[in-house]
Amino acid sequence: MQIEIDGLTKAYDGTQALAPAQLTVPSGVLMALLGPSGSGKTTLLRLIAGLETPSAGRLFFDGAEATGLSVQARRSGFVFQNYALFRHMNVARNVGYGLAARPRRDRPSRAEIAARVDSLLTLVRLDGFAERFPDQLSGGQRQRVAFARALAIEPRLLLLDEPFGALDAAVRRELRTGLRRIHDETGLTTIFVTHDQQEAMEVADQVAVMSTGRIEQVGRPEDLRNHPRTPFVRSFLAAG
Amino acid sequence: MSDILPAVCAPAIRAGHPRPGPGPASGPPAMRRALILGAAAVAAVLLAAPLAVILASALAEGPRAALAALAEPAARSAIGLTLLVAAIVMPVNLVVGIAAAWTVARFDFRGKAALLALIELPFSVSPVVVGLALVLLYGSGGILAPVLAPLGVKIVFALPAIVLATLFITFPFIARALIPLMQEQGAAEEEAALTLGAGPLRMFLTVTLPNIRWTLLQAVLLCNARAMGEFGAVAVVSGKIRGQTATMPIMIEMLYNEYLSTAAFAMSGLLAALALVTLALKARLEDVRPGAAAARGHP
Ligand SMILES: Nc1ncnc2c1ncn2[C@@H]1O[C@H](COP(=O)(O)OP(=O)(O)OP(=O)(O)O)[C@@H](O)[C@H]1O
Ligand SMILES: [Mg+2]
Repeated sequence: MQIEIDGLTKAYDGTQALAPAQLTVPSGVLMALLGPSGSGKTTLLRLIAGLETPSAGRLFFDGAEATGLSVQARRSGFVFQNYALFRHMNVARNVGYGLAARPRRDRPSRAEIAARVDSLLTLVRLDGFAERFPDQLSGGQRQRVAFARALAIEPRLLLLDEPFGALDAAVRRELRTGLRRIHDETGLTTIFVTHDQQEAMEVADQVAVMSTGRIEQVGRPEDLRNHPRTPFVRSFLAAG
Repeated sequence: MSDILPAVCAPAIRAGHPRPGPGPASGPPAMRRALILGAAAVAAVLLAAPLAVILASALAEGPRAALAALAEPAARSAIGLTLLVAAIVMPVNLVVGIAAAWTVARFDFRGKAALLALIELPFSVSPVVVGLALVLLYGSGGILAPVLAPLGVKIVFALPAIVLATLFITFPFIARALIPLMQEQGAAEEEAALTLGAGPLRMFLTVTLPNIRWTLLQAVLLCNARAMGEFGAVAVVSGKIRGQTATMPIMIEMLYNEYLSTAAFAMSGLLAALALVTLALKARLEDVRPGAAAARGHP
């Protein structure tokens, strides 16, 4: 699904978290939102998911206006920065939550949900963890549960907020490849937030560099490296 | 009696240290033992002894005399009234308390600090003042009298005022217990439920409520104990009509002033026993939280 952002803006009580943003994410692309802390990456991601209402601007999914759609109706698979797993549910119930939450007529049977949960746990390589609770998992395992949970609803797009933020380097690398693999298998349009330029450059098809609420430049990793369009992009990429 | 005390004290200790246990920070064993003994001694003298004395006095003339005193019509009416008031106050506090806590913990708005102060107001105002305020508002010569009198509604010296006074006094318990917990847990799980397609009601029932259930239950029990024991505010607004508007605490005072000590102590013993049952339930809840999952829902 193609995502078009036309002038989306977010202001909190006078401070502008996101200046009018212009961005198109073509269908099936894995895009990274790259920028330092406070540059508005999370804000933009939450606006796309419908978790925040924009102060101005419009959003289109496959050409159809999505600005006024509810969070639920957008059906975006969202992976939160600290995973936000339901702490009182085991892994299977976490992953199956979205299916069980469907209105009765669309709801799969228990057996179908269980089967879907099983195949998702296999996809994220967590077979045998179905009965664990979130606090019995490592950070990397939690991240993968969150990923499986987001995929369970057959989302139209995937949004990930610093999916590898709090993990050590080895796990990050492993999950990075996992993200790329799952993206290629599902073909979902995916946007992930990171402040690690190496991560963005290695994994993403396209990178949008952000600074102080503004999208500075969008392009393929090699284009950004070879032709930085603003001093900020040049110095930010050089620094990493 | 003495074995209830450690159970009652336990929550406070747990609240401070999510993972209690001997660690390098807990000092030399001798000092720790002395501190624990000291605390137990203070608790025994200040808290346990009065309760023990009450129960002993209630039974001084034998359990039969105590039961007979409790079976008096006026006594039965007081017990019934106290239970009725608690049964009305509890659901109201539950709904309003959760709503208030959710509003404060989840939204930023102008006047939030003022709302927080307002929620805590009942903690800082003397119950007698609360009672007087209610009389001034709803009493026969009160501010709202011109409205209420033609309608024939009697509030002061009747059940409504007792309920209002008890509501005012017990209002903060649930909101105060939930706000820090909900703030600490954050909105992310609720937002996750929404992105997964859950509606607001489903989100509340499957995510919000399970995450706060143990704290909520404890707050409800504490609130209930306070509702049954409230004296000051109720004393002012109830008019202390024996057999009609006298709750258990009011009845105890009246019996005591009439030198009917057995009856007074029997009623006190019953009220104390109700409170102890409540606290024991609360302590038990903290021990039998099923599974590791709930442990995380309860820092
Ligand atoms: N609820 C809010 N109220 C007020 N200001 C906010 C709020 N949320 C974000 N902001 C502000 O908006 C700006 C952008 O925040 P945002 O969270 O989008 O940054 P970010 O790029 O995700 O940063 P990080 O890498 O640290 O997560 C920041 O200056 C932040 O202080
Ligand atoms: Mg962020």
